[in-house]
Amino acid sequence: MQSLISLFQAAVVFGTVIMFGCIGEIITEKAGNLNLGVPGIMYLGGIASLASVFIYEGSTKDPSPVVCVLLALVSSFAASALGGLVYAFLTITLKANQNVTGLTLTIFGSGVANFFGGSLNTLAGRFEQVAVPVTSAAFRKTSMLSGIPVIGKLFFSYGFMVYLAIIIAVLTHFFMNHTRRGLNLRTVGENPAAADAAGINVNRNKYLAICIGAGISGFGGAYYVMDYIKGTWANDGSIENLGWLAVALVIFTTWKSKNAIWGAYLFGILFWMFLYIPGLTRSSQELFKMLPYAVTVIVLIITSLKNSRDKQPPAALGLPYFREER
Amino acid sequence: MSTEIKTEKAPFVRVVKQEGMPFSKRVVVRICFVLIALVVCGFLINAITSYDPVSVYTIMFEGAFGNARRTWATVREMMMLALIAIGLAPAFKMKFWNIGAEGQILIGGIISAGCMIYLSACPAHVLLPLMFVLSAAGGAAWALLPAIFKARFNTNETLFTLMMNYVAIQLTSFFVAHWENPKGSNTVGIINSANQAGWFPEVFGQKYFINVALTLVFAIFMFIYLRYTKHGFEISVVGNSENTARYAGMNVSRIMIRTMLLSGAICGIAGFMAVSGASHTISTSTAGGRGFTAIIVAWLAKFDSATMLLISLLIAFLNSGATEIASKCKLNDYASDMIIGIILFFILASEFFINYRLVFRKKEKGGV
Amino acid sequence: MSSTALSIKNLSKYFGSVCANDHVSLDIYKGEILALLGENGSGKTSLMNMLSGIYFPDEGQIFADGKEVCIRSPKDAYALGIGMVHQHFKLVDVFSASENLILGIDPSKPLDRKKINQELKTICDRYGFEIDPDKKVYDMSVSEKQTLEIIKTLYRGANVLILDEPTAVLTPQETERLFSVIKNMKKDGKTVIIITHKLHEVLEISDRVAILRKGAYVGCIETAKADESKLTEMMMGEKVTLNIERPEIKDKKLRLSVKDLCCKDAEGRDHLKNISFDLYSGEIFGIAGISGCGQKELLEAIAGLQPAVSGSSIKYFRDSEDEATELIGKTPRAIRNMGVHLSFVPEDRLGMGLVGSMGMTDNMMLKDYDSGKLFFTNRRKPGELAARIKKELDVVTPGLQTPVRRLSGGNVQKVLVGREISADPTVLMTAYAVRGLDINTSYTIYKLLNEQKKKGTAIIFVGEDLDVMLELCDRILVLNAGKCAGITDGRKITKEEIGLMMTGSERKQDEH
Repeated sequence: MQSLISLFQAAVVFGTVIMFGCIGEIITEKAGNLNLGVPGIMYLGGIASLASVFIYEGSTKDPSPVVCVLLALVSSFAASALGGLVYAFLTITLKANQNVTGLTLTIFGSGVANFFGGSLNTLAGRFEQVAVPVTSAAFRKTSMLSGIPVIGKLFFSYGFMVYLAIIIAVLTHFFMNHTRRGLNLRTVGENPAAADAAGINVNRNKYLAICIGAGISGFGGAYYVMDYIKGTWANDGSIENLGWLAVALVIFTTWKSKNAIWGAYLFGILFWMFLYIPGLTRSSQELFKMLPYAVTVIVLIITSLKNSRDKQPPAALGLPYFREER
Repeated sequence: MSTEIKTEKAPFVRVVKQEGMPFSKRVVVRICFVLIALVVCGFLINAITSYDPVSVYTIMFEGAFGNARRTWATVREMMMLALIAIGLAPAFKMKFWNIGAEGQILIGGIISAGCMIYLSACPAHVLLPLMFVLSAAGGAAWALLPAIFKARFNTNETLFTLMMNYVAIQLTSFFVAHWENPKGSNTVGIINSANQAGWFPEVFGQKYFINVALTLVFAIFMFIYLRYTKHGFEISVVGNSENTARYAGMNVSRIMIRTMLLSGAICGIAGFMAVSGASHTISTSTAGGRGFTAIIVAWLAKFDSATMLLISLLIAFLNSGATEIASKCKLNDYASDMIIGIILFFILASEFFINYRLVFRKKEKGGV
Repeated sequence: MSSTALSIKNLSKYFGSVCANDHVSLDIYKGEILALLGENGSGKTSLMNMLSGIYFPDEGQIFADGKEVCIRSPKDAYALGIGMVHQHFKLVDVFSASENLILGIDPSKPLDRKKINQELKTICDRYGFEIDPDKKVYDMSVSEKQTLEIIKTLYRGANVLILDEPTAVLTPQETERLFSVIKNMKKDGKTVIIITHKLHEVLEISDRVAILRKGAYVGCIETAKADESKLTEMMMGEKVTLNIERPEIKDKKLRLSVKDLCCKDAEGRDHLKNISFDLYSGEIFGIAGISGCGQKELLEAIAGLQPAVSGSSIKYFRDSEDEATELIGKTPRAIRNMGVHLSFVPEDRLGMGLVGSMGMTDNMMLKDYDSGKLFFTNRRKPGELAARIKKELDVVTPGLQTPVRRLSGGNVQKVLVGREISADPTVLMTAYAVRGLDINTSYTIYKLLNEQKKKGTAIIFVGEDLDVMLELCDRILVLNAGKCAGITDGRKITKEEIGLMMTGSERKQDEH
């Protein structure tokens, strides 16, 4: 029982990172852009939150937790949205290939993040390990409800970002299906020519969706840095792996953000399962860690076998749009 | 009635498609963009390190080509990247998004490392060809799975190959833990450092001669294969339209699977080269993101062998150069990824100015 | 005459070096039905696209109600009361009718589906449309989609409606219904511009005709004062008498025998059901029907590109009736290797018949690149063939290596038809062979087909213009939702009868 609870807890924390990444990418893909830069964007979000708070905590005697959290979130959103903006400018205005641009963004984002993450101390003239204790504590603060036995552990033992992710998923679902703006956005991804003829500004919708989507994806990076690894930095490529899982999760959810809520936790359970299976050697644990990727492959195959009309990607996903094309 | 355009409300700038820009002009546009990108990077590094932009490039050049050892390291890196790009070229020309080079390289690497560990007693003229063949087969097998599903069920190959990367990475972790040497280090260490079994031998006194030769052979092969063979013709038709290929009587599934086998095999050989010809060890970073960078190399080069070699050279130069700067300033060498990212953004942007033209709002007095 | 609704002055539009519109000036009056006439490629659509905000003019001015306006996007056009129904419908397949209706309107308003359905119904009642507000577009017929598009423009308060080739995809009966709707709209005070190249429709529906030729404005004439020959002359720029020849069939031999052909799509729905016919050498066998009711599948099944349900049979006869070859279950290559000379000009020229990014030479070797034992391709013969076709059919191209995608529609079709005919076919299948081509190229194609017919080739001609089919075809098979509604004699049947067969029986079945 105890180990099941801790597996669930680990899965929720893990799942939240990729849920942010996934919802951001769903919004982007609904506008018809496949952004393979999610890992890079999450890197940007992570490093921006860490760097800004690191400077703030280092320069203030008594840093306020509220300011820390706000600063971390705002800078993470801004940096990721900026990454999204570069991608949007290249793919929409300059009509570059989406996949290649996305991959470049991933290289760039991981370069920037790991460079600054690894050099933060040197650049700031300090020599200890990067740490932002105040912010990290604020991110990891749980509510009183976590004291309730079992239920409290299962549902209330997390920092606020876990609930923020769920709220964003629900809001995204509502926006896509129950507002006119959401309908317009989906039109851009399904048939940009139709959107254009209906007077919808295709490029503005795409830009907004990509930048906001990138900002949300970036929260995943911030949450990873502040909560998952407790306000430190590691140049081990974990964010990149998580970012690709977020991209895979988009397929798993069939482009519906409400499915991301349980899908993300399921991925988390699969990822941590190896810790709870007795008798594994260190090397065979590594084999077990394949599970989320293998499951994604299986889901991918199953969805391609079924040709259901409402489980398809947006019809114009990945295609550039140029109004005056003949 | 005057024919002047009313200018107040007309859009300031409009985009107009253009086709058939002459080759020389295309080259000039691209070179200009690379130069602008280099200038931008120069100033960026200047902001971080306080080296002035000119000495930045002096140091970078020093780091990449400063002495024979560094030059060869840069060349080795270039050949590695180019070989992967060459492997990816046929798949991408077929519009098969093989994001899985990373995994295919690792599988080739694992197999090579395995051969080196278990068959170290074999003579080199048996061992090396065996490693070559087995790692090619391994890479091909890794590419085969997504290819079959794409051909049969139209399963999205971008994500399938991407996931296969991580399966390969975990497999590598498994073998690293399994072959760990010394115990507890969580690395495999240099394999066969005593007898150098399975290492590329020195030819003409050059350690990396075989790396260069292997890559150039494949570059020439791929150039001819894509341009002048029936297979190459099939690949371009499938890449343009699967319907046309079927109409022409081509067996699209077979072409897809065959091409991916070739693509995976070359990536597997790249893994062999990474282990036998460079690091002499295996780890999860043996591919080190080159599988992704090579996609961009292949794409930007429009699958032309010579251009792929050139872009690889540029990236290898930036890599070694940025690493040199980073080490001089005690910063970490991820700076090179940042700079490569910026340069690639600029090259991607340059395509726009080749395929489109900007029309600015005409001046009021200009009229028509 | 009433006042002008829109006025165009010296409008020009260029695509690269191609001039689509050359200083066109035109007045459009309030409350009239104006027909914009011109052959394919004369710049009708691009001119109207500039009014509806899809294209931005390179030169010239547009006036609405006497004031100069600048139309930068479809949104600007709607603000001026201009709405356009494009030939390729601008609808989202996975949305319902009512969702499509409100696209882009009042984004900040809540999405109240009930209220929207109500508004949709109001418009329908006013003009006599019928549409199910919750029906998804992917379940709609072409005519329903068109109706939805018209409702969309009306809902946006359009006073000037532009309809681009609205009758191309409709049966004669559906066309009648559309025309009555247009007349209703005119009564309601709307201005309607109808783009077309069909003369009898112009004479039937319009008040005034404006004519374009090669992108330039030729003139305007009141319909009451016009007749077919006058309009043709203005459209073509010279007095022309174009007649399609129909030589008598000689030496009639059985070539192809299709029996009980059935094809299903991925979801198991019928594409084709129990199609049977015989095809003889030296005849042109027409296939008529609303677009998308099985024409494509029929041709593809014969070409070996479409799997057929078991029990179907397509037999090919080489010389005599005893020497039959079964084509079902064979790949296109297997069919070719059996010595069957089957040529196929598919509907999708650049997406199926040719490779857009390759030049003429490479396209010539598309079907027989595999000949010879060598691993390498041989471009000598294809190069010669490309040069021959360029010369014989007057293909306008900068060079044999220029990507065919960059050629005009007519030249693309010449390349495709030229290649298919050069293979000396015994059976030649063409789908919409003249779609989008100007009149001269169209007649070149008809001439080529008739030459083949005289040589003894059996020709299947899938067409959409019934007038042409009645002049060209010896027999016409009418398809109705994948079923054969009958095989008729092209010399005896009338257009209305074919129209009824295209839809009629289907309705009767629904009533049962």
